[in-house]
Amino acid sequence: MEDMLFYDRLQFAFTITFHYIFPQLTMGLSLLIVFFKWKFLRSKIEKYNDAAKFFMKIFAINFTMGVVTGIPMEFQFGTNWAKFSELTGSIIGQTLAIEGLFSFFLESSFLALFIFGEKLMGQKLHFLTGFLVFLGSWASGYFILATNAWMQHPVGYEILDNGKFVLENFSALFTNPWLLPAFLHNQMASLVTSSFVVASIGAFYILREKNLEHGKLFLKTGIIFGLAASLLVAFPTGDWNAKNVAKYQPASFAAMEGIFETEEAGAEIVLIGQPNMLEKKLDNKIAVPNILSFLTYQEWDRQIPGMDQFKKEELPDNVPALYYSYHIMVGLGTIFIGIMAFAVFFLWRKKLFKIKPLLWTIMVLAPFPYIANITGWYVAELGRQPYLVYGLLRTSEGISPTVSSGNTLFTLLGFVGLYLILGLLFLILVGKTVHEGPTPKQH
Amino acid sequence: MEIFWYIAIAVVLAMFFVLDGYDFGAGIIHLFCAKKEKDKEVITKSAGLFWDSNEVWLVAAGGMLFMAFPTFYASAFSGFYLPLIIVLWLIIFRAIGLELRGQFKYQMWKDIWDKSFGISSLLLALFFGIGLGNLVRGVNLGGVIDGTSTYEGHFFFLPLWNNSFSPLSDAPGVIDWFTIIIGLIAVVTLAIHGANWIILKTNASINHKLKALVFRLNIALTALTILSLVVWQSINPNCFDNFGKNPILLFFPLLYITALVGLFFTKKLKKDVYAFGLSTLIILGGITSTLASLFPVLLPSKNTIHPDLTIYNMAADSYGLSVALSWGILGFILVVVYGIIQKRLRAGKIDDMEYGH
Ligand code: HDD
Ligand code: HEM
Ligand code: HEM
Repeated sequence: MEDMLFYDRLQFAFTITFHYIFPQLTMGLSLLIVFFKWKFLRSKIEKYNDAAKFFMKIFAINFTMGVVTGIPMEFQFGTNWAKFSELTGSIIGQTLAIEGLFSFFLESSFLALFIFGEKLMGQKLHFLTGFLVFLGSWASGYFILATNAWMQHPVGYEILDNGKFVLENFSALFTNPWLLPAFLHNQMASLVTSSFVVASIGAFYILREKNLEHGKLFLKTGIIFGLAASLLVAFPTGDWNAKNVAKYQPASFAAMEGIFETEEAGAEIVLIGQPNMLEKKLDNKIAVPNILSFLTYQEWDRQIPGMDQFKKEELPDNVPALYYSYHIMVGLGTIFIGIMAFAVFFLWRKKLFKIKPLLWTIMVLAPFPYIANITGWYVAELGRQPYLVYGLLRTSEGISPTVSSGNTLFTLLGFVGLYLILGLLFLILVGKTVHEGPTPKQH
Repeated sequence: MEIFWYIAIAVVLAMFFVLDGYDFGAGIIHLFCAKKEKDKEVITKSAGLFWDSNEVWLVAAGGMLFMAFPTFYASAFSGFYLPLIIVLWLIIFRAIGLELRGQFKYQMWKDIWDKSFGISSLLLALFFGIGLGNLVRGVNLGGVIDGTSTYEGHFFFLPLWNNSFSPLSDAPGVIDWFTIIIGLIAVVTLAIHGANWIILKTNASINHKLKALVFRLNIALTALTILSLVVWQSINPNCFDNFGKNPILLFFPLLYITALVGLFFTKKLKKDVYAFGLSTLIILGGITSTLASLFPVLLPSKNTIHPDLTIYNMAADSYGLSVALSWGILGFILVVVYGIIQKRLRAGKIDDMEYGH
């Protein structure tokens, strides 16, 4: 039983982590593509249209990867988490089915039209298809987050005698107080990823001294959007999420902030330290007193419960991973703001394109928003432990009763191998597209 | 309400088989018949431009099944764990083949992607058929061994096969000789459908040969259909009762038979689109007849201890089903609208279009 649970969790964590590499780019990028296309419609300057079409190519590669890795996610609810699906399907089935029926159709129908149909449609319609792709991808983000928000903070349900969750109030799923902050934060975070990627490609072209005109456009757009999104990710959306966790999941808040002992008045904010689970304390701690209480409640000496206030069965089962994930996300977020602010400053002083070290930094920065996004999701998902549906259904009660650990390990190994190939091919394809540049020769 | 959602899901699933069916079929034809580079290219394109918007139907069907029959989603997906995960892998392989073919210049790579597209299409068709075969044949619900159950009555787990390969055993595996017959039916049907699609959508040089092939495959399909019915009757003597009780349902098998017979005259048909229409009707007729004979059962039980899984004992609560109705109808309308826009913009033969990579 123990190892069944372990492999189910490992497989889910692995496949979702891989899946989420792709949507975080597509959701943000679709917005930037709409922006480029709109600039083109307004100015009729060809390079904006090139940019829109170039990034739609990159979008398409990511989209395909999102589709083929997303179908296993949907299937796994049934294959590996059968008990969970049986008990909560009446509720989360709603949001998942809406996503399938509305957003994926919208996105996939219009993507192909955008890529291949420019000559057939004329520019206005072409813009519209791009906009619909954007709408579809944000809508799928919205519905998947509605599903997740329900698991984090269940609302609008009723539990029957046989343990099944049934829907009592459909609209509650969408007015869930967890949903809006999580959605906005997540969308801004994916805008961070995509603008950093756009800026990184721009910096690459400038350093390579090719496609200079496009390179400058990409870099400029990337850092301006990048700065705005990095700021929005921290405040108000990140802050708002943190308040929600403190309010609705106090045990995971204590764990992610690394508070082992409750302080009499006012909790400190930990900057550095390693959780020591044996002695229940942080090693090598550097902390600033009272700040956490202020950030969370705007009261300097408000008490915040530490992990000592909760029973072991209520605490997340992997405190160190949760704590590090959270600190990596917030740490990276702070660094992002700094670098982007620098870049925008030099752009304004018209020196940016000449400062090589800064261009190099921007170029190699692209992978880091991915790390921030994935660790952010680890915060959410590890923090929800030991529950699948917070406070109501334990993770151990959700797995498929009939699928043995040997079978799960087999499929997990298969996914690892297959995704390795898929990941390599993805990198080759994106590399090739970037290499060909925004104005490839007609073949 | 259950019946409404049952029909809705059946429609979406049938759409998936009709739409993705032709690109599976194109893969099968590609594997066996396409020899010239030009043909290979245009056939992959005729599938490659469409597969991802076709696969959305599978995602939608999955989501709707989850919403309307969560208990069934849970028991069937965990019970058919291995074949489902294998199907997922095949879907990924197929996508790799389709998407990468055009990306690399060298023949060596093209051959690899072609094989991965062709073989995974073939295996997917086979597995989908085998899956249907399993739903028809039933499984050992509750994992009953010598009269005691291992699991709750609606859960089960199927190995890929057991030693006897027989559908008559108490605890059959996923693959036995009955489900293989159904699997072959699926392969042949989709090959016909794919061939018709290629004829309709491309100017491939093998098109006239494909017409002759459709004729021959049709003979095979007729023979396999008769065989499967005989076997089914011997596995489950009551399998045609629904048609006796409710003769209106006979419409579905009649549809199938008419389309099957019609396809023997492909060469005489004036327009290629008629042939494609007929193979569409074969798929629709086949699926609907099967569902009509099972209704309201979703998955028959192979033992007497646990009852069959039906749409009534598997459904979600009624409030959930009825709110879903309101957004469901809106969703369907939108899907139809998108579909029409897409079709209009992509009418005509692939290789004549300006539309493409
Ligand atoms: C570029 C990525 C990125 C960056 C820089 C940040 N975040 Fe974040 N964060 C995410 C990407 C992300 C995410 C992956 O998008 C999550 C996971 C769940 C969600 O809705 O968004 C998330 C979740 C998330 C949560 C919710 C955890 C839970 O659900 O239990 C909190 C409290 C924060 N973030 C707080 C912050 C703060 C205060 C930041 C300050 C800089 C910050 N995040 C930067
Ligand atoms: C891309 C973003 C996501 C990432 C990176 C992510 C990550 C993870 C990780 C690491 C786990 C394993 C946690 C553990 O077992 O300790 C997990 C579990 C799980 N997550 Fe997520 N998750 C994401 C989004 C979602 C969403 C949107 C949903 C719901 C719709 C969801 C549903 C689940 C379920 C059902 C489990 C399995 C049970 C469990 O182990 O908690 N996840 N996820
Ligand atoms: C348990 C979690 C998840 C499940 C079950 C899931 C399911 C899926 C499925 C089935 C697809 C393919 C759809 C198609 O055919 O078009 C897909 C793609 C996609 N997913 Fe996920 N997903 C999960 C996590 C996430 C998360 C956390 C996000 C972001 C918030 C996300 C956003 C997307 C988007 C935008 C697409 C469209 C494809 C793309 O743009 O790359 N998914 N997902």
